[in-house]
Parts: sequence; structure tokens; C-alpha cells
Amino acid sequence: MRPEVIKEVTYVPYSGNMAAAEAMRQINPDVVAAYPITPQTELMQFFADFVANGLVDTEYIPVESEHSAMSACVGAAAAGARAMTATAGPGLAYMWEVLGIASGMRLPVVMTVVNRALSAPINIHGDQSDMMGARDQGWIMLFSENAEEQYDNLIQAIKIAEDERTRLPVMVGMDGFVVSHAIDRVRLLPDRAVEEFVGENKPMYSLLDVDNPVTHGAVAMTDSYMEFKRQQREAMLHAYKVIREVGEAFADVFGKKYEHIETYKTDDADYILIIIGSTAGTAKAVIDKVREKGVKVGLIKIRTFRPFPYYDVMDAIAASNCKAIGVFDRAETFGGAAGPLFGEVATAMFLRNKHYPMIDFIYGLGGRDTNVNHIEEAIDKVMKLAAGEEIPLVNYLNLRE
Amino acid sequence: MAEVKTAEIKLPPLKKLTNYPEKLAPGHRLCAGCGASIIIRQMYMVANALGYELIWANATGCVEVCTSIYPYTSWKSPWIHSAFENAAATIAGVEAAYKALKRKGKLPTDKKVKFVALGGDGGTYDIGFQSLSGALERGHDFIYVCYDNEAYMNTGIQRSSATPKYANTTTQPVGSESLGKPQHKKWMPEVAAAHGIPYVAQAAPSHWKDFMEKFKKALLTEGPSFINVFSVCPRGWRSKEEEGILVTKLAVETNYWPLFEVENGKWRITYRPKNPKPIEEFLKLQGRFKHLFKPGMESKIKELQDEVNRRWEWLNKLEQLSREV
Ligand SMILES: Cc1ncc(C[n+]2csc(CCOP(=O)(O)OP(=O)(O)O)c2C)c(N)n1
Ligand code: SF4
Repeated sequence: MRPEVIKEVTYVPYSGNMAAAEAMRQINPDVVAAYPITPQTELMQFFADFVANGLVDTEYIPVESEHSAMSACVGAAAAGARAMTATAGPGLAYMWEVLGIASGMRLPVVMTVVNRALSAPINIHGDQSDMMGARDQGWIMLFSENAEEQYDNLIQAIKIAEDERTRLPVMVGMDGFVVSHAIDRVRLLPDRAVEEFVGENKPMYSLLDVDNPVTHGAVAMTDSYMEFKRQQREAMLHAYKVIREVGEAFADVFGKKYEHIETYKTDDADYILIIIGSTAGTAKAVIDKVREKGVKVGLIKIRTFRPFPYYDVMDAIAASNCKAIGVFDRAETFGGAAGPLFGEVATAMFLRNKHYPMIDFIYGLGGRDTNVNHIEEAIDKVMKLAAGEEIPLVNYLNLRE
Repeated sequence: MAEVKTAEIKLPPLKKLTNYPEKLAPGHRLCAGCGASIIIRQMYMVANALGYELIWANATGCVEVCTSIYPYTSWKSPWIHSAFENAAATIAGVEAAYKALKRKGKLPTDKKVKFVALGGDGGTYDIGFQSLSGALERGHDFIYVCYDNEAYMNTGIQRSSATPKYANTTTQPVGSESLGKPQHKKWMPEVAAAHGIPYVAQAAPSHWKDFMEKFKKALLTEGPSFINVFSVCPRGWRSKEEEGILVTKLAVETNYWPLFEVENGKWRITYRPKNPKPIEEFLKLQGRFKHLFKPGMESKIKELQDEVNRRWEWLNKLEQLSREV
């Protein structure tokens, strides 16, 4: 079914996992180390097939744990190799310590995260609490709405990570099952074009350069540690520009533009929804439907979560007729005022000193379905909020209460 | 399994070995008399003599913190520290990168390199056990060297599964209701050998020729090797700084620390003390066993002696058995 060499732009019925694996085949990383976990398992099986059939010349390491997967990626990237992996939920949690090592060492590792809930209770289905939990580990974080975006984002992630100004690892999230396993129409780019787009990795301070030995991962005492961390913040600021530039370069070559956020019908919108991931797709359909009835709703989809595009979000809101905002969080922050995305949008308002009425919707935890009715229900609440009604700060969608 | 070619390649005499330039720079912060730096320098002598460049992954622990305090480094070789528990997985990534980049023609040098993971007993026997086992099983071309100082020294002499029975440690201290660590030491080289890897050895820097021969074999081995090296810790063992090699020698001469190797599944004891000394000789030089020399403790010392005898006998049987099969 799958062509071995894609010569021209091709449209295929692919799941998110297939699309991600296909991107990895075209990127042809030097080293891939991975450990299976639902719903990522399939992705690595596809990639293992490519290895087994000689379609990539990657050194593939089927490690004994996610902790070792990320550790091997750290070693490989420090050695100057292009290193990739993929994981989900508990696997990402198990990598946690090493995530900070990859970013602290400024190693351009690229990873797919098939977003999955965290235990307990154990649940294999999709939500974004895994990446939200890893939020402060210094990784650039992109999210994809669908399979094609996962494919496009992974290709861009290589360039973003390896840019000399960033040298930061990138994780690209897609919702478990609804994106990873659902078949969608995906536009594949030609192999050669992808190869040219990602270009050569130009390693810095390779461990394999025995003539110029370097020490990676030294001890930093109180006299220097903070300076290292400050530099990481600086790199994130650069990343903001780099992600934009890479998005523009992608548009130049492949005709599809990627920005930090995607806006959908926000220009004249009275009500704005802010969403990460696949539910943005559902929301677009609902927006089309309610607009027929004259309700002017718009959507801001967050693609870049780290560095968070505060001003992009505020610019989009300011350019609309916004009367109230509904933020959608597919993760909890226990003990926080509302979900993690809500916090970011609130910060964005603070930064511009411009405040809009805003409520939060917690939805889709552990794979709980969120359908058009739930989104309509949410829009209804945002409208009431705009009309001055008192609405709780945190609202659950499709929860049995 | 890969053939270990050893006989043809001879190590030069000691005088020549000590003439090679040092690659662990002086000025590191390891305690005076620490066994670990002696071990590392002996490894370098072998690598230098055979023309190998070593590329290191170091687990968190004394060696790592004492040699890499920014902006200084003691390492004149490529060196990476990632975390406490993942030296083996990290070096696996480095080795995989080497293979991939070589295959793709992206590596300019044709130097002889060898990948070495270095960890203390904590990073090896305990927390790093999983990643070590995984890397051994997958057959990466690397040498894992454990400098076994029998406790978590970096964090202040806490017990590890390598701590011998009755040793005084800060997490299982001696007290009115306690004689120190209640369990015997884990037999790690035996566990490593159970992975069926081409080369496993146990060595001690007091018997430097034996250790260097073993490290030489590991260097020449394709695939994983594991070497467990006895590493005196004057600070944690409450022994005299200047007596480190003496204590090490006594560990070997009492059969507490047998020197052996497992080459392609064949067990071989590489040194047999002519008249093994009683275990007291080893214990009495160390403050961590002081409580065993109080009146009424004779049975505890006997228990340790019995364990030494039992293990020695077991090793002899393994040697005999693997000669027969
Ligand atoms: C995940 C994790 N747990 C605990 C520690 C704290 N820690 C650092 S070094 C160390 C002990 C090291 O002991 P060992 O491996 O025996 O080496 P040594 O210090 O004796 O050389 C511990 C417990 C850590 N760095 N990381
Ligand atoms: S505490 Fe022990 S192992 Fe650590 S540096 Fe000092 S002597 Fe060496």
C-alpha cells in the first residue's frame, strides 16, 4: 500500500501514527530509541518495519524502558547524531528526569508524544496531561490537530531543534486514538523535498570528535547554574522566532502555512474558543453550524505551547469583537484556579493589561468523548458569560454529575 | 560470540605504561587515597598502550562530581554525564550514533575508539541495574566498568546492595539494635555473566597486571563487557588514606574479593592466594567493621568467613563446570 519512494505530493488515508512514522522514514534519523506504549506502539511498529526492510538507515535501539529511550537519545544527540523517539502518557512521565537533561544539554532530540492520560486509575486513552506535566522541562512543545499536521510538524521540528539559535529538543503532541488511530486524509510530501527541507544536521560539540574532547553534563555549582538556566530561557525566546521562520519556509516550499496559533473565523467573532489539538477540528464544525444561526464564534487553536505565543493570542483577540472567551483544557491542574491553558491565556491578558471575561472547560480526560453537543453547550455558557450571567470558572464537559 | 584475541597483543612493561600522557588531569577533587582515580588511570594506561581513544559515559557519583565541576573538567577524553541510573543507556546511544554516522560516511576519523560506561556500585547494582541489563542484553559494543566502593559515597556512605553484611552505613547504621547492614552483598559479576555477554571480570587495582589484562581483553572484545573493580573509599570505610592498596590487597588475599573472569561463558579464577588469610585481616583495617571486634562478636566474623568460603567454593565449582561443558 505504502509507496517506498514518494516522488510527488501524494494523498493517502493514514492514521496519525502512520503519518508520524512516515515523516520519520523521510527524515531518516541517525538513531531512534523507543519503547512501546499504547497509543504510540503502532507508530514504532511502523518504523521498525521500515528498519527491517531497509527503507531507512537508522540505528534503531529497542530499549528496555522509556527512561533508557530518552537516555539513548541524549547519548546519540551528544554524539552528533539526529535522534528521534516517540512515547505517550506514562512513558513520557517515566522519561521526566531525562527530558530536563536533553534540554539542559541543549540537544536537538525530536519526539512524538501521542497524548495519553496518566495513572491512577490506569487509562490508555487520550488527554494532554502527559505533556502538561512535562511542561517545564525546557522542551519546545508543538501540538497537532490531525494526522497531516503531525506529519508536517515533525518535519518542521527537526529544523527548529537543530537551528543554532535554539538547540532545544522538541516534542510534538497528537491526541491519542482520535488522531493516532483514526484514518484521515494526509498529504505526503515527496521524499527528496523532505530531505532537502530538513537538510544536514550540523552537530555541535560531538562526543565522537576525539581530537576535540568535550565534557557534556558537568556539575554546575551555585556560581554558574542559574546562568545556564537563563540561557535556556534565552533559547526559548529564539525558538519563538525560529518556529515562525521554519513555518514560513515550510509554506514557501510546500504551500501550507504554520504559525504559532491558527485562527478560525475570529475577525468578527463575539465569542472566542481557545483549544489545543484535535478538538479544535470539532469546534470548527460547530462554529460553522452556529454561525448559520447568526452566533459569531471564532476559534484560536494553539499550535505552539512552549514557548507560549502570548502576544499572538492577544493580537487575535484584540482584532475580534470579543465579548467573552471559553478556554478548553484537556488536562487538570489540581489545586490551580483552572486548567493549564487557562493559566496561559490569563497570563497573556495580564501581559497586555487587557482583560476579557473568561471561563474554563475541562474536557476529554482519559478519552472521554467531546462531541458537537458538548461544544455547543460550552458556546452557550460563553454567551451567557458575555451577557453578564454568573458562570462557574471551571466547567466540565460530558461529565456525569 | 566474538572471539577475544588476547595472546598476540602484549601490554608493554610498567615503565612504558606510566610514560603515556595522563588523560585524567590532576587537580580533580576525589579524596586522597580514593581507589576510583587509580582505577581510571590504570584503564587509560591500557587504552594508551593499545592506541584506543576512550569515550566515556559516567553515572552520577563521586567520580562524576569530583571531575566535572564547571568550568573545569578533568577529562581529556570525550565524556558525558547524563544521570545516576542511565550510564549504560547513554553510552548505548553514543555507540549507536557512532555506528550510524560511520555507516553514512559522516565520521571523518578512523581512530580506534571504545565506549566506556563508568558507574559506582549504586549506579550499577541498584538504580542503574535496568539500563545496564538492557544494554548488555542488546549487545552494544561497550565496556561497563563498575568501581565498587560498596556504598553510596557521593551522598554520604548510605548502604547499597553492594555493601557487605555488618558494614556500618548511614542508612543502616550500627546501634543498640543493629549491627549495620543485615544482608550479604549482591554478586553482581555473576548477574552480568548471566546475560551471556562475551566478557565479564572482577578485578582489583592492587593486582594491576591482572586488571590491565582484563581491561585489555574488554577493549579487544566486540560487544559488551562488564568489569567489577574493587575501589577503596578511605572516607566511607574509615580506613587510612595510605592503606588503600593494602586494604585492596587484603580483600584479594582473604578471598573476600576473588579475581576471576568469564570469557565466552568460561569461568576462570585468575589469581589464587597461596595461603588465603582470614577475613579479620581485611576487616580490621576499616572502621566500618569496628563493632565486629568487640567481645562476643566472633560468631559474626565467622559468618562473614563462611560466606567468603562458600563463594570461593562456588566459583571453583563454576570454573570446573565450565571447563567440562
Ligand atoms: C535518581 C537519583 N536518585 C538519587 C540521586 C542521588 N545520588 C547521587 S550520587 C548517589 C550515590 C552514588 O553512589 P555510587 O553509585 O555507589 O557511586 P559513589 O558515589 O560511591 O562513587 C546518589 C544516591 C540521584 N542523583 N539521582
Ligand atoms: S568519598 Fe570515597 S569514593 Fe568518594 S571520592 Fe572520597 S574516597 Fe573516593
